[in-house]
Amino acid sequence: MPEHTPKYLKLSGLEALVITPESNFVNVGERTNVAGSRKFLRLIKEGQFEAALDIAREQVEGGAQIIDVNMDDGMIDGKQAMVTFLNLMMAEPDIARVPVMIDSSKWEILEAGLQVVQGKCVVNSISLKEGEEAFLEQARKIRMYGAAVIVMAFDETGQADTYERRIEIAARSYRLLTEKVQFPPEDIIFDLNIFPVATGMEEHRRNAVDFIEATRWVRQNLPHCSVSGGVSNVSFSFRGNNAVREAMHSAFLYHAIQAGMNMGIVNPTMLEVYDDIPGDLLTHVEDVLLNRREDATERLLEFAQTVEGRVRERSEDLSWREAPLQDRITRALVKGIDQYIEADVEEARQQAARPIEVIEGHLMTGMNVVGDLFGSGKMFLPQVVKSARVMKKAVAYLTPYIEAANAEDAQGGKSAGKILLATVKGDVHDIGKNIVSVVLACNNYDIVDLGVMVPPERILQQAREHQVDMIGLSGLITPSLDEMVFLASEMERQEFRLPLLIGGATTSRAHTAVKIDPAYRGAVVHVPDASRAVTVAGELLQPESGQAYAQNVRNTYQELRAGYLKRGREKAYLSLEEARANALAISWEETDITVPRHLGVECLDPLDLRKLEPYIDWTPFFRSWDLHGKFPDILEDAVVGEQAKGLYEDARTMLRQLIRERSLTARAVFGLFPANRVGADDIEIHPPGHEPRRLLTLRQQGRKKEGVPNLALADFIAPAESGLQDYMGCFCVTAGFGADKLATRYLEELDDYRSIMVKALADRLAEAAAEYLHREVRTRYWGYAPGETLDNAGLIREAYQGIRPAPGYPACPDHLEKQTLWDVLQVEERIGVRLTESLAMWPAASVSGYYFAHPQARYFGVGKIKPDQLEDYAQRRGIPLEEAEKWLRPNLADTE
Amino acid sequence: MARTQMYDMADLYSILNDRILVLDGAMGTMLQRYNFTEADFRGDRFKDWPQPLQGNNDLLSLTQPGAIAEVHRKYLEAGADIIETNTFSSTSIGMADYGMEALAYELNRASAEIARAQADAFTQKDPSRPRFVAGSMGPTNKTASMSPDVNDPGYRAITFEALRQAYREQVEGLLDGGADLLLVETVFDTLNAKAALFAIEEVKAERGIDIPVMVSGTITDASGRTLSGQTPEAFLISVSHIPLLSVGLNCALGAEQLVPYLEILAQRAPQAVSAHPNAGLPNAFGEYDQSPEQMQEQLREYLERGLVNILGGCCGTTPEHIRAIAALARTFKPRPFQAPHQPVQNP
Repeated sequence: MPEHTPKYLKLSGLEALVITPESNFVNVGERTNVAGSRKFLRLIKEGQFEAALDIAREQVEGGAQIIDVNMDDGMIDGKQAMVTFLNLMMAEPDIARVPVMIDSSKWEILEAGLQVVQGKCVVNSISLKEGEEAFLEQARKIRMYGAAVIVMAFDETGQADTYERRIEIAARSYRLLTEKVQFPPEDIIFDLNIFPVATGMEEHRRNAVDFIEATRWVRQNLPHCSVSGGVSNVSFSFRGNNAVREAMHSAFLYHAIQAGMNMGIVNPTMLEVYDDIPGDLLTHVEDVLLNRREDATERLLEFAQTVEGRVRERSEDLSWREAPLQDRITRALVKGIDQYIEADVEEARQQAARPIEVIEGHLMTGMNVVGDLFGSGKMFLPQVVKSARVMKKAVAYLTPYIEAANAEDAQGGKSAGKILLATVKGDVHDIGKNIVSVVLACNNYDIVDLGVMVPPERILQQAREHQVDMIGLSGLITPSLDEMVFLASEMERQEFRLPLLIGGATTSRAHTAVKIDPAYRGAVVHVPDASRAVTVAGELLQPESGQAYAQNVRNTYQELRAGYLKRGREKAYLSLEEARANALAISWEETDITVPRHLGVECLDPLDLRKLEPYIDWTPFFRSWDLHGKFPDILEDAVVGEQAKGLYEDARTMLRQLIRERSLTARAVFGLFPANRVGADDIEIHPPGHEPRRLLTLRQQGRKKEGVPNLALADFIAPAESGLQDYMGCFCVTAGFGADKLATRYLEELDDYRSIMVKALADRLAEAAAEYLHREVRTRYWGYAPGETLDNAGLIREAYQGIRPAPGYPACPDHLEKQTLWDVLQVEERIGVRLTESLAMWPAASVSGYYFAHPQARYFGVGKIKPDQLEDYAQRRGIPLEEAEKWLRPNLADTE
Repeated sequence: MARTQMYDMADLYSILNDRILVLDGAMGTMLQRYNFTEADFRGDRFKDWPQPLQGNNDLLSLTQPGAIAEVHRKYLEAGADIIETNTFSSTSIGMADYGMEALAYELNRASAEIARAQADAFTQKDPSRPRFVAGSMGPTNKTASMSPDVNDPGYRAITFEALRQAYREQVEGLLDGGADLLLVETVFDTLNAKAALFAIEEVKAERGIDIPVMVSGTITDASGRTLSGQTPEAFLISVSHIPLLSVGLNCALGAEQLVPYLEILAQRAPQAVSAHPNAGLPNAFGEYDQSPEQMQEQLREYLERGLVNILGGCCGTTPEHIRAIAALARTFKPRPFQAPHQPVQNP
């Protein structure tokens, strides 16, 4: 019987979390944080709460014991987003089972969060920043809501950055909380500010040691409380050198945990690595962390340069080569090592009665292991693609022998089924489709890959000819959605009954359910990412249960449809007239307008790839490989970190090669023109020596809160009536020339991994080119921000003045605008980038858009529009209503 | 006129350390025996009320106060130490079904006054055995952390704020009517209970008083969780931020089915533990037919294992059940427990 229950921090979701002295370090999941995850931010901005929930789920599945939720972003109604997200999270028992950390700098958001969660949460955070009164008032409320609290070491004079300040603020906060509001001491968690070391600044030398010592003091002198922090900050100076960063995190945690830090945001697997840090590295790292030598920083910096190569050397362990043959083959497949596969396969061939048995036996045994590991989440996409490369090499080696032995056996092992894959008409994007193709092939499916821009009649004709078991469609741009609907209706008309898989960045479960599924009697399944493709295909082709599975999916879609239609009705819209009346009313000042230094059209051909490299945003690159997380943190992720690191290294190697061999060509064309708004939503630009051209923009029609405008891009340009001459720009960049050729070459070499990598890198370089060019325009060609200095993280956060929205994306979903851009800039003539009939750009690795410079210009999503705007738009564009409807369909609000 | 409580937390703790306290049984089950008609429910005062009122048991405190007093008396005679006010649904939210939101305060106050008078009468007869009035605070008919619409999981039919205000009004009525303690019971959504606790803390702070609070959750089925999905331990943690007299379980299940969940509370709760189960599980007609003797036998296990400090009955229990429980409780020592780790603040 608990006579004297010790005071432990106890939290709850649907289940309890009790933190005792015996508990391991408690790991907080931080990716449901708009400040920490671009993906999460985007999903929340776009209102894709369901996809955002998946991030929370992944974290819980990945071992997070508490989920931090943060909605602090200027573009988001934080209170609303917090409440909506938490409400949805609470409806998911596999997520809601862990406690929530409600994270905001705004009290009203914290309180709104506390009002919707039944479990005992953690509030992150409060501090003495605004004085004692506010601090105590908030603490009193938090206590009444029944939550624990993180107290930042921050007071009226600022953030604690020394040992003395940390303990002074902690002690004062603790005393106030426990004495003035009877806050239970076990519910107090101190965040004592982890700051970077080895920055070169004298005053940062003690950052780690002060944190550790302050932690020790707090845990000894302030009974029952906890200490938390974000660990990756400490190694900030060593970004890019992961061997050193990892060692720093491990060593830092080793000392901080000993001192009493018991929870925080960190890769939990690193806690065990401390003993594995090589002695000399550990010495150098601890010299810095514990501030043991005057020259510690210099010595570590020097030492760091030697570390990465050494670590790799250490990992080259060839003892597995002595294992039995099957083990070696399995290992080669699982690890994606192709060095020895031909020798091993040759050995197997000599032992086998017939060469085909090597495929059916040794190789399939190994690939089954790969399949199982992938299926259970223990392998990741890049690894599987590497496995496929090894498999292909092995099969290629065996094929002549098989053909010689028995021509009929040339098919290889018994196929699991035959699947046709195609990127639909008008669309050129195929990275995702290629990955799916490899993954399915690895799982023993025969793939008929028709490539990109495949017309529907060809898809169906090939499906018949090859007698496939299933068709998979992919697409990235919005017009592809209509192509998919059309293909489904064609399949219905031609009485196909094959299952239809839908995938690609623009597709969604909702669209599939609402638009594609009803068009076709056969099974239609949306496949959200490549890793699901195998499961879905497998389920559908089960002779007994396939039908039931398809029916199940169909039922889910039906429910989704019903729910979707209902939601559609609930959303409130303004008439176009009302929306225009609520446009953003900028008070036009001459001083806000800068005359561009270079008016007219300019070409940059070629763009130096070396200049683009620093502008690469790596996060989407990892996403294209199904590795989710923010760069560079993803490299240290508990689950995918290892994979991400390997992938990143390979990408950097290839990038250097691309640059050295100049195998990709990047080009840019842009123009800066006098412009004025005409009418409500149009912009007239005056290219020198040409007729004026009109750009059409679309206006948000969703009902806004009081004081929030209904935006159109035209709002950011001064109207002719203002009497001011305003300006805007247009651009197109590409980094895709050469990518297809190279990708094909790798494919011929049976190297899918590199083939996909080339395209993914070309995409990143195109985005980098857009970022680079935008900066050049801001600082040089237009010159409205000549003094701007932002690092890449700042660019990714879009912390600069002005925007570069792209047609086909949320701020201007109208793809037809690209035709205007192409006319004005003569894009095809000047840099060779073409438009397909669906207005996709070819090469695929291209970006086009506008430049707006006004300080109030910002990104937004047009969202759904109503029929009145559609009609008005068709008239302005001078096209029939049906055509306008076709291009804007994804943006039309349902009218029923 | 507001009266001060006759007993404070300290008295209750000393009594609870001394013996097992007996809570009363079902009010609804007893009221059914009167077979009140629509006209009886209305009484004179509500004879022209636009909505039907039959079934609004809480209203009987205004229209048939004699019956309510009689039920209390029977439970006190049977040996109950704590009687519950007839206010399970007396919030503006619960009363909305009858258009009687505006009567919420009055209902609570009147119900508490009726119970107060009966309890005081028995205390006077035997001052060595004081009787207590617990203000009953039900969960309302809406859930703050679950959606009633399966197609819209993010929807909520009620907010924390609306619950807090409704509970606050209930607490004020109960205290003004003379309740000694408050019982937040039949908790199926912990967020509702947290709103009630928030309201109680507010009133406590404003009035500068302390009032013992009991919280009793409901495990709805064999999953062993509340309707809102929490395990008993998670539920315990979620309500423990307020110094509570007791945490426990009531309703939904019979005595036998509650054992494993009470075990968890008994092991982990520093507070006293209460249980007031139903008279078994309902039969095919929705009636509870477990006899007092059967229930007594099952509850014996609670006491032998030292699981509880407060014991009573919920749906289907009668004064005969309570008499059997009281007889049983006298023969056992209470479960040892800690007093709250700190005094409740008085601002």
